Amino acid sequence: MENIEKLSEIAKSIRRGIIEEVYNAMSGHPGGSLSIADILTVLYFNELNIDPKNPTWEDRDRFVLSKGHCSPALYSTLAHRGYFDIEYLKTFRNINSNLQGHPDMNKVPGVDMTTGSLGQGLSCANGMAIAGKLNNKKYRVYCLLGDGEIEEGQVWEAAMAANKYKLDNLCVIIDNNNLQIDGKIEEVMSSYPIDEKFKSFGFEVITIDGHNLKEIIEAFEKARQIKGKPTCIIAKTIKGKGVSFMENQVGWHGKAPNEEQYKLAIKELN
Amino acid sequence: MKEEKKATRQSYGETLVKLGKENKDIVVFDADLAGATKTEMFAKEFPDRFFDMGIAEQNMMSTAAGMSTCGKIPYVSTFAVFAAGRAYDQIRNSICYPNLNVKICATHAGVTVGEDGATHQMIEDLSLMRTLPNMKVICTSDDIETKWAVEEIYKINGPVYLRLCRAKSNIIYDESTKFEIGKAVQIGEGTDATIFATGIVVQEAIKAKEELKNKGIDIRVIDVHTIKPIDEEMIIKCAKETKRLISIEDHNIIGGLGSAISEVLVEKYPAKLERMGIKDCFGKSGKSEELMKYFKITSQDIISKFLR
Repeated sequence: MENIEKLSEIAKSIRRGIIEEVYNAMSGHPGGSLSIADILTVLYFNELNIDPKNPTWEDRDRFVLSKGHCSPALYSTLAHRGYFDIEYLKTFRNINSNLQGHPDMNKVPGVDMTTGSLGQGLSCANGMAIAGKLNNKKYRVYCLLGDGEIEEGQVWEAAMAANKYKLDNLCVIIDNNNLQIDGKIEEVMSSYPIDEKFKSFGFEVITIDGHNLKEIIEAFEKARQIKGKPTCIIAKTIKGKGVSFMENQVGWHGKAPNEEQYKLAIKELN
Repeated sequence: MKEEKKATRQSYGETLVKLGKENKDIVVFDADLAGATKTEMFAKEFPDRFFDMGIAEQNMMSTAAGMSTCGKIPYVSTFAVFAAGRAYDQIRNSICYPNLNVKICATHAGVTVGEDGATHQMIEDLSLMRTLPNMKVICTSDDIETKWAVEEIYKINGPVYLRLCRAKSNIIYDESTKFEIGKAVQIGEGTDATIFATGIVVQEAIKAKEELKNKGIDIRVIDVHTIKPIDEEMIIKCAKETKRLISIEDHNIIGGLGSAISEVLVEKYPAKLERMGIKDCFGKSGKSEELMKYFKITSQDIISKFLR
């Protein structure tokens, strides 16, 4: 379990990076970023076949962060993985920075798709996965969506298409933290039952604890074995995970901590 | 101009097959309209490179965007109203903002769609598409020009919107005609007036030019096949050389060709421009020719401007 302990330390550091970004920018989305930190840690440090020295390598695995507002998590992960300097995270959202509010594939090495307008990422990931099959490439495509985001109709258009083209090189991850901006998912516009929906759209569905690194690792391993259909991993997560006063608080969707809160958050993440 | 008629969507379908033979990186997307947009010809020839995405245009646009990041060059077709309208945000955020190499070839533009009526008659697409950064906008007038455009946009690395029509129109050009993106085509040297036209109404402008010549009025026609980047040089030249400026389009007079020309004139060479087109109202059912008369975008409507 040494590997798990190592990953756990990395996840903590990625979380600190998220807090640094949002605090320095005095804006951004900490809640949903913290909820996907463990998933991104496993993806970038255990699962993806990538080379930070060659971010546009043709045969690399692709990752599409469909919930683009959680860019702090993606940037922090990419920096920790060696795509750019961790110090650069402090420029997040600054006028002279490449770290845009939402990920821009032309500005940040390692970002495979520009996202931000919710609901479009899965379609883009499908396109990459279909191209992989057309080009006889072995790479896999991963796409992470929010449980609120899947209220967008386009997601289900894309789910239909992933089934039609039997995209077994595609792995969808749903960050099921149960909160969206205006409140709880089931109160604003329920996307439940998420598992039954994806099953009926032809996906293999795996439900896990999205903060249990071992479960995340095993889910990706299992997804790689599934043939003839796409996989959807539903990760049960806690919005704001790791910072006690942010956990399960809808108010921390898109808000920066003040100095006192910042210090407390960093302390908790050490 | 020849008597022979052909729809630009037909020319598109034929050229796609030729292009697909020469270039293995071309893939084609459609949204359950392959018969109408003429992509079915490509689908028959290259089934492995054709993707019918069903009645889901938003997903189609973003999927094409994703595929283009892996070196494929998607040509994406559906009716103009569903491409530029329904999937606007996908074109904006998945294609134009990341400047991806996707060619949107939209058919059934304008009121000349005919009997389907207002819901299917896209008269805002030039406006919507030309306001998008990175996007190039092309609207062809005949078979020859369309064949050129379909091949030429393959060479552009970035997003393009190509506007095509359902109805047949006269073949205007010879096979040997040379075109260039961003360079409008001047037809005639007349100095009494300039008719700037785009797409299916270029034929109307040419008919008007010929009839007016018999009445001693000598006008020129400018086929503005590239709406963006607009040919500023040609617009200014015509404003200097001719007495009167008129624009005509099968599109809302707001935001399309007339607006694009006005923007150039206002900044570079102030002159009066009379805009002919759909006067900020929705279309209606009817035959294509009837609708052109109803909305006053025929050769006779141009002529009557001179014989009052």
